[in-house]
Amino acid sequence: MSTQQEQPKEPESQEAPEDPEMRGAESPQQERLKEKEQGLAQAEAVDESDVEGETVHLKVFRYDPEVEGKQEPRFDDFYVPFEKGMTVLDAVMYARDEFDSSLTFRHSCRQAVCGSDAFFVNGRQRLGCKTQISELEQPVRVEPLPHQEVVKDLVVDMDHFYDQMHAVEPYFQDEDTPATNDLEEQRQSPENREKIKMSSRCIWCGACMSSCNIAAGDNQYLGPAAINKAYKFAMDDREGAEIKEHRLRILEQEHGVWRCQTQFSCTEVCPKDIPLTEHIQELKREAVKKNLKFW
Amino acid sequence: MSQSYNRGLIEDFGRWKEFSAGMWAWIFHKFTGWMLIGYLFTHIAVLSTAIGAASGDVALIQQETDVYTQTIQGLESLFIIRILEVGLLAVAVFHILNGIRLLMVDLGVGLTAQDKSFYASLVLTGIITVASVPTFLDGVAL
Repeated sequence: MSTQQEQPKEPESQEAPEDPEMRGAESPQQERLKEKEQGLAQAEAVDESDVEGETVHLKVFRYDPEVEGKQEPRFDDFYVPFEKGMTVLDAVMYARDEFDSSLTFRHSCRQAVCGSDAFFVNGRQRLGCKTQISELEQPVRVEPLPHQEVVKDLVVDMDHFYDQMHAVEPYFQDEDTPATNDLEEQRQSPENREKIKMSSRCIWCGACMSSCNIAAGDNQYLGPAAINKAYKFAMDDREGAEIKEHRLRILEQEHGVWRCQTQFSCTEVCPKDIPLTEHIQELKREAVKKNLKFW
Repeated sequence: MSQSYNRGLIEDFGRWKEFSAGMWAWIFHKFTGWMLIGYLFTHIAVLSTAIGAASGDVALIQQETDVYTQTIQGLESLFIIRILEVGLLAVAVFHILNGIRLLMVDLGVGLTAQDKSFYASLVLTGIITVASVPTFLDGVAL
């Protein structure tokens, strides 16, 4: 069932046991799956008749250019038994493990640290592992991140996002490292640490970039995440004035900070609550200060 | 960005129901800005053609056919023009208030209240517009 193909007349409900394709399944694996699904479907039927809200109705985006039956994008329905504390990621993982093993999505740490599982859930970019099902309206629509090329199902191509992240040179640069006989650490003042604290929380999930209207229209725009990354280093006191100027030169280009129209979309979707717009605005002011030196 | 398939109106402006405050503020600001530019040029066109003496013809001025006053009076007697004036005020007031809000955003003041300030500018615009209706619709027949 790994490369499941469907007839056009059956656009959804892969888990439905009454599906004629399932009955016609030949391989032992499909037989077993069929039995399992039938059992689950019965359990679901009981659940659904019992209490509303015991199961989660998921509508998951499906697309796979390599499989003939999935080249036309569609939504599949999954009914997943609800558990207290269930997240969107838990639900799609259940759907994958129990119903359709071909359902593809990225995930790793499941605790909002790795940044792999940003989805477009109910019309908003959210981190799957950080979004409680109980807070969402049903059916829960799970789609891949908008404005990024879909590779398969919920997996999007992140290459462009990573390119933009690397474009701002996201690493500490300092010409004069402390003398070895002197202090070996490059200490940062607590105040300065506090200043860049929020910007250092970025997990590279790409939710902000996907929500940004400007990034959608301008492929060269650095995007909120990359600018925030640049902020982290530009505002770090330990870096010299020269390197800060170099960073601002990158940021003040045509497709840099000035593309931001302060729509606050990125700030609103950021799963780590980074005040992205604030950081972009501050860098705009820094860029102006650098160029307009009347004193 | 490039897309491997067309999600049509699922994205972008088809998603208007899911827009947040900042997005609406941006759209309204662009819209009102273009409206004001459109008004500006209409304004210039109407007024410049309404000045009969613009050609510098002394005879025309002496005739006292005051084209300017006639044009203005003619326009002001139209109900639709009064309605449009109320609309113009609404557009201008919103653009001013949201402009102040954007100025604050650019200065980094009160960024956490950006959605509230947008709603405030909307409400204020509404109040000012409604309050202006008696003045604008004074003495005009439907």
